[in-house]
Amino acid sequence: MSRPIDSVGSWPLRDRVAYFAAWGAGLALIAIAAAILVYMAVRGAQYFDFGLLIESPNSALNQAQSGGFKDPIFGTALLLVMSTAIAAPLGVTIAVWLTEYGRPSGLARAVESAVEVVAGTPSIVLAMFGLVFFQQQWLGFLTFDAEGGAVLGRSFIAAAAMMALIALPLVVGATREALNSIPGHVREASYALGKTKAATIRRVLLPAARPGIGTGTALGMGRVAGDTAIVVVLLGATLQIQNGSDGSVFGLFRGTGSTLTSYVYYNSPAGEGLAPEKAYFAAFVLLLVVIVLNFLVTRLARGKEELWAR
Amino acid sequence: MGAMSPPDPSPQPTFTTAEGGQSRLRAPQLPPPVRRIVVDAEPTVVQPPPGNGHVPQAGAGLAAPVRRAKPSSAPKLERMRIEGVSIAYGEKLAVDSVSLPVRQGEVLALIGPSGCGKTTLLRSLNRLVEITPTAVRSGTISLDGEDIDRMEVTALRRRVSMVFQQPNPFPMSVFDNVAYALREQGSGRPGKDALMSHVGDALVRAGLWDEVGATLDHPALRLSGGQQQRLCIARALAARPEVLLLDEPCSALDPRSTQVIEELILRLREEVAVVIVTHNMQQALRIADHVGFMYLGELVEYGPAEQVFGSPREQRTRDYVGGAFG
Repeated sequence: MSRPIDSVGSWPLRDRVAYFAAWGAGLALIAIAAAILVYMAVRGAQYFDFGLLIESPNSALNQAQSGGFKDPIFGTALLLVMSTAIAAPLGVTIAVWLTEYGRPSGLARAVESAVEVVAGTPSIVLAMFGLVFFQQQWLGFLTFDAEGGAVLGRSFIAAAAMMALIALPLVVGATREALNSIPGHVREASYALGKTKAATIRRVLLPAARPGIGTGTALGMGRVAGDTAIVVVLLGATLQIQNGSDGSVFGLFRGTGSTLTSYVYYNSPAGEGLAPEKAYFAAFVLLLVVIVLNFLVTRLARGKEELWAR
Repeated sequence: MGAMSPPDPSPQPTFTTAEGGQSRLRAPQLPPPVRRIVVDAEPTVVQPPPGNGHVPQAGAGLAAPVRRAKPSSAPKLERMRIEGVSIAYGEKLAVDSVSLPVRQGEVLALIGPSGCGKTTLLRSLNRLVEITPTAVRSGTISLDGEDIDRMEVTALRRRVSMVFQQPNPFPMSVFDNVAYALREQGSGRPGKDALMSHVGDALVRAGLWDEVGATLDHPALRLSGGQQQRLCIARALAARPEVLLLDEPCSALDPRSTQVIEELILRLREEVAVVIVTHNMQQALRIADHVGFMYLGELVEYGPAEQVFGSPREQRTRDYVGGAFG
């Protein structure tokens, strides 16, 4: 009995194998993550060129003259803002309805299933659906139209709408979780002070759920920044931003463009650009954007400590 | 202590330890003696440990008599009347035809074992019981002669306010918590300056002003548990209700905070009618003027606290309050 009870050497063989396998898996994951980061950082630094960040892409055959990725960076940012502007309010509204009302219960179950279906749909399928949807003639004013008025179904609006569907389930899930973690007596305390349900949601529940909403939104933005299929299908094959009509802001929204993901795709050895050094640098910038968003998630989630005793 | 000084008065041998009882710091080689016997020695006075704030009170103990609060001198004024109220959750009858008066100037305590319907009865007074979809109520409850079912529910709840078992300030500043009930919904919300006097007044009445008056913009959830509960009382008092309902307000608090809140309740009963649900019979005995004992949904006995605890009429009451005196 002198041996400590919990020494690994005393464990059965099966447990020891599982123990070291768990260690190994964790270490392997760290190694993979580090390898990606280091590789991209080295490649990114190797091809670092500040000029690329502020130059628009050009259609020159000579890579030295084909410009940088100012437009893709702007496209990523614009798409993030537009899709978040759609997904966040919609997702919060759905989550509030599900947790605070949820009646009739059949409808609530249907909404839940719908959110799950959207969450489970591959983005390329969403992109194809978006293309079919926005190619309808009567929605032509939302998308870029070719000469002669043919509706192509491609624009920032179309891409942002489908991107919003990618972010939506994450916003709904995180907001629901945050609302469910608020004890019932907090709601009752508000009712007991003569407040209506609507006032309670607005003044107490949503402020309390803010860290959760922020987490879900930032997670969704990470997914949006990283998605390629929707951009390739719905944002057009142009690397430059093309205004959809007269140069106005709405024209920009119904115009086409590119993002960092599509830029990497087109310039990678798999694409047509054959400018891998630019692809690596753009990929590095994209990785930084996603890492910053993930960092934001962790920061926001830290605010989610237990607020109330139960 | 008698064992330490034997009755023999003659100057006889003195027993000391090997060290002569001189040095208390030197580590003894042998196990220390259990007791040093020094005949005619000065009595040793054991100093209390350096202040930890705990002052043992004379007579504090299990058998200590519960100190009853003096009855209020304020005139009694009937605020609410409960008449033949029954409440059921689906098939289960939780409150069975209860009739009670609720008076200003006194504390009404509802006591009884868990599940006896006392909280349900309390929640029916501000119609909070209606939140439970399966709950149905019969009988009438009136506030100042007006049937509460005819009143707008938000207006009723401003006049009949409630404090819960768990301290539950909202995740906002101390000021905003207290101002919460004062701010009407929608547009035209009054500004901070307009609300300041009401907020300050409520915090003073809840005995919290001295502690938070300088830091009204701090988050309420940083306060201690006892302060949070007094903040919840201040929040409930801000709209100047006529009736204050307290659902086991001290059960999540330490004894010191409990005492502070009990003193507060005794002060408040002068200006509002107070109804408190409590599991703690000692607490009911300390602060209640009238006591209603409920059992299985039925109001078994209602009367002045002295009578319900001292000479209960019903056997069931006698069995239940038997523990109240220790």
